[in-house]
Amino acid sequence: MTESLNVTVDRRDGLAVIYTEGYINNQGGEEIARVAYKLIDEGFKVLLLNLGGTKIVNSIGISILIEIIEKMIEISGRLGFCCLTPTIEKTFHIMGLAQYAPIFSDEASAVAQLRA
Amino acid sequence: MREVTLALPMVPEMEIEASKTATAIAEFMRMSPDRIDEVRMAVVEACINALEHSRAEDKEVYVTFEVLGEKDPEKLRITVRDTGVGFSPEELADPTMEEKLKSLRKRGWGLKIIRGLMDEVEIRSNPTGTTVVMSKLR
Repeated sequence: MTESLNVTVDRRDGLAVIYTEGYINNQGGEEIARVAYKLIDEGFKVLLLNLGGTKIVNSIGISILIEIIEKMIEISGRLGFCCLTPTIEKTFHIMGLAQYAPIFSDEASAVAQLRA
Repeated sequence: MREVTLALPMVPEMEIEASKTATAIAEFMRMSPDRIDEVRMAVVEACINALEHSRAEDKEVYVTFEVLGEKDPEKLRITVRDTGVGFSPEELADPTMEEKLKSLRKRGWGLKIIRGLMDEVEIRSNPTGTTVVMSKLR
């Protein structure tokens, strides 16, 4: 029954892409946060969360993503999201999250704009 | 009208079981995939609220799915009910990102998400339990 989350990272020049696959609940959110904070400690100030492999999230998981956004604001970094399902994107807009972390339809445009 | 009721024990990830039933029924109604996803997410949020906050002594959450429509399925109505301690919906502040970014408590988004994703939402709560009734047109 457990819907676990797999998280992988692609480190690029000055930017890291975090890929998720599975349900972003509290454990999933904490795993993303653990990976994001490790990347920040390594010196990455631009992070892209590619949620293409995630079809469902819950508000507890999203609240942990808000902690990451807060951290990125604190370090004057940038965090973006890409490849969201229409419902996850709509949810982020309902919450106003998109005002603080831009949403991109695909990874290539996200990388280009976050680097600009 | 067709109706299904689940009694979910309060154990982790029961909300996913409820969301699977929601998906199956919404697919039967031929709801669009995006609307099915919205229903699924709203069911997850309503169940999480009950599972996490109700403190119900029977340790169960009851989820009823009703397919409404005279001839063809027109509307899916979902009722999430618990027998917990209740709360005052009118006293809950509408969460905003601006406020949450300043606060230590980042949570508290469930009802806002449900209201944003479903067509109709009604919340009834008193010290003997909470009932969330939410509907989506096909």
